[in-house]
Amino acid sequence: MAYQIIWFILWGVLWAVYFMLDGFDLGVGTLMNFVGKTDGEKRQIINTIGPVWDGNEVWLITAGGATFAAFPTTYAYMFSFLYSALLIILFSLIFRGVAFEFRGKVDNPNWKKFWDISIFFGSAVPALLFGVAFGNIFKGLNIDSQGYHGNLLSLLNPYSLLTGLLFVSLFIVHGALYLSLKTDKDVKERAANFAKKAFYLLLIVAVLFLIFTPFSTKLFDNFIKFKPLFLLIFALVASLLLIQFFLIKKREGMAFIFSSLTIILTVFTGIAGLYPNLIPSSVDPDYSLTIFNSSSSEYTLKIMAIVALIFVPIVIAYQIWVYRVLKGKVTEEEVVNDVHSY
Amino acid sequence: MDIVSLSRLQFALTSMFHFIFVPLTLGLSILVAIFETAYAVKGEDRYLRMTKFWGKLFLINFALGVVTGITMEFQFGMNWAEYSKYVGDIFGAPLAIEATVAFFLESTFIGLWIFTWKKVSKKLHALFIWFVALGTNLSALWILLANAWMQKPVGYILKNGRAEMVDFKALVFNPYGWLKFLHTNSSGWVIASFFVMGISAYHIMKKSELEFFKTSFKFAAIFGLISSIFVVVIGDSNGREVAKYQPTKFAAMESIWETQKGAPFDLIKIPSANEEKNSVEAIKIPKMVSILATHDPNAEVKGLKDFPKEDRPPVLPTFISFRLMVGLGFLFILQSIIAVYLVFKNKLDNNNLFLRIMLYSIPLPYIAAQLGWIVAEVGRQPWIVYGLMRTKDAVSKSVSTEQVFISLILFTLLYGLLGIVDIYLLYKFGKEGPLPEISKAQ
Ligand code: HDD
Ligand code: HEM
Ligand code: HEM
Repeated sequence: MAYQIIWFILWGVLWAVYFMLDGFDLGVGTLMNFVGKTDGEKRQIINTIGPVWDGNEVWLITAGGATFAAFPTTYAYMFSFLYSALLIILFSLIFRGVAFEFRGKVDNPNWKKFWDISIFFGSAVPALLFGVAFGNIFKGLNIDSQGYHGNLLSLLNPYSLLTGLLFVSLFIVHGALYLSLKTDKDVKERAANFAKKAFYLLLIVAVLFLIFTPFSTKLFDNFIKFKPLFLLIFALVASLLLIQFFLIKKREGMAFIFSSLTIILTVFTGIAGLYPNLIPSSVDPDYSLTIFNSSSSEYTLKIMAIVALIFVPIVIAYQIWVYRVLKGKVTEEEVVNDVHSY
Repeated sequence: MDIVSLSRLQFALTSMFHFIFVPLTLGLSILVAIFETAYAVKGEDRYLRMTKFWGKLFLINFALGVVTGITMEFQFGMNWAEYSKYVGDIFGAPLAIEATVAFFLESTFIGLWIFTWKKVSKKLHALFIWFVALGTNLSALWILLANAWMQKPVGYILKNGRAEMVDFKALVFNPYGWLKFLHTNSSGWVIASFFVMGISAYHIMKKSELEFFKTSFKFAAIFGLISSIFVVVIGDSNGREVAKYQPTKFAAMESIWETQKGAPFDLIKIPSANEEKNSVEAIKIPKMVSILATHDPNAEVKGLKDFPKEDRPPVLPTFISFRLMVGLGFLFILQSIIAVYLVFKNKLDNNNLFLRIMLYSIPLPYIAAQLGWIVAEVGRQPWIVYGLMRTKDAVSKSVSTEQVFISLILFTLLYGLLGIVDIYLLYKFGKEGPLPEISKAQ
């Protein structure tokens, strides 16, 4: 198999894992102010993701780095075409990152309120804009022989906003489920209820997304060419419905597994539809960036594949171990009495 | 201003800001790990309190290192798309490896370290912070190998209209990169030592928590002495490497205009770039520059006039930054020697003058490190990859001048705000001192 294809799959895996992991902490960040009523509850909520959010975010850094190493031309164009959108994502992530660390450091309600708001926007905005970015990639960008034509406003087209909404609602459900698993008492109750309600929003958005995708994008061309791929979509729909099924049965653990799976399958559906493009041109396929015309040399791809195949499993192994060490619920009493918690 | 200058300014601003937090992390992670190891081995409450107090300052600083780092990673594609396209085949690799082997390690274990004080054994907990220290110091290795490749490109050929990697080993074992790694990391250790000594000095003067801060000071003084000697020794090798591979930078660092054998070193020198000479040269040390360049007193040193004007870096900033960095380097050794001497003679508490000097010296190693980057980066100009690609050809084509202008302003505002909050928090917690008897407070 060509190294480009291996790297394309790895590229998809990195994004899928990133969205699965950071998805829940972006979701929790978005929800925090709605589910947590008191300062103690908010701290309890922050501390459920406190130990892991940075490790999750490194999957984004790795996905970016891998794009750079394996598909440098795509990296160069993707990041410069989407300059303004990425800048907003960047600023949001910066505010969010320091908010976790700074919020508890000064005992002043205005100080805390400021960082609470930062956590909300810092979580919701990246979720939305990552969706918008992928929506635009699914649609194709306006690239011709002169290069790219577009700006922040042209990126905010209806289909991409729908994709953005899909990401937000997926992450909210995912985050609420995580929260209901990691907390107790009122917060747990509220989180579980939130997930149940948010699920209907997710369902509507997902249905709209599946309806509009064949009209707005060429994603389904690959599926029609290679019918077994439709299994992906069936699995996606099934997994989506199973979230609510298990939620109603009060089995949040299972529901969380299926929200994780839903995210992974969503990314893979998109990736399968894109192949072999990384950034399709909406003007003329000749100007599309594909995994073949934008990749690194075979030598580099090979070296990097070896590095990835050795180290990514190691990372996954110790991250799983970490989640096990941290298992159990985060309670409000514990957080408030611990001088080290956020 | 044009887009190239704006993009350069933005890169300089964001990377220098990133490098305010990075070096303290490199050093303080090791110091905190040493404190916690002392606790794990001896079980004394004092070491636990030291771990927690310095650990808290470490975490505040760490958060800013992390968030400003993401900017760095995005920027190559956002602002330097032509660069990324041209050298990504070889330059992207170390960045991706950095994330995979180092960032995961530090970010995962830092989370674990913060949240498992009561969940795991003392020894295992101390091991976590060692993993963090390892991860941060390893991440520096990879990013510096990337930067070293821009200084001395190796293991590539020009093919398909770009630089392609042909020898991964050459990239990883680039001696330029390893020297950079040792020099930069040890500069971070100096920064951390002076940080700990400075804050401890403040409390020793105030006679608060004397035992606690004297012990902290002692550890930092020893670590500081070792690192400040190390930084200078490696710096000397760095200089020779520069002389070998980047003659224009070396000539600018020493402000040498005429090629000469057995070049002398002038203690006082004022370059005048317009006239292509030095307007003042005084107090000569014969043959010293040749010795610095090659360790051979009679070696030839190339002067700037030997190179076309469009290939020369800005002389004044390179020269001044280099002089100041080197001067500070020797000052740090001196300060560390005095510190260690006073500690072991047990004369620290009543030497308020020295304690005050140490308190106000906290910024100095930071300044030295920033100056070092100015030498390395400004001295490399006009090249983005030395001898291979010019900075002006590297900037993104699809980004407009207005976009960069706006982002530069936003970065300045945001980073200004973050800087203020960071200094405020470090000041607040640094001044407050350690929590009383932590084992009971828990
Ligand atoms: C991986 C590569 C890399 C790394 C690790 C660094 N830099 Fe750099 N630096 C560049 C790659 C680069 C660059 C992309 O090559 C720039 C941007 C424009 C240019 O001319 O060089 C640059 C420019 C640049 C400039 C402006 C030079 C000028 O425009 O004349 C300064 C002052 C610094 N950097 C300082 C730093 C600091 C403080 C760093 C520590 C984090 C740093 N650099 C790390
Ligand atoms: C231009 C090049 C650089 C890029 C692209 C870059 C990228 C990054 C990124 C993405 C992070 C965040 C990691 C996380 O989320 O945990 C980070 C943090 C870090 N970087 Fe950089 N960085 C650059 C320059 C440097 C240099 C030159 C050094 C050291 C010599 C360095 C050392 C570190 C360290 C130690 C951290 C850990 C967090 C902290 O600073 O507190 N970086 N960097
Ligand atoms: C006598 C003492 C020193 C000498 C001879 C020296 C030499 C050098 C040289 C030649 C460079 C440029 C390398 C290049 O262009 O690639 C450099 C860079 C640098 N220096 Fe120094 N240095 C000294 C002291 C210090 C001190 C005390 C610090 C900080 C505490 C420091 C921090 C740095 C940093 C951060 C860089 C940029 C990274 C690098 O290029 O390695 N240096 N130094």
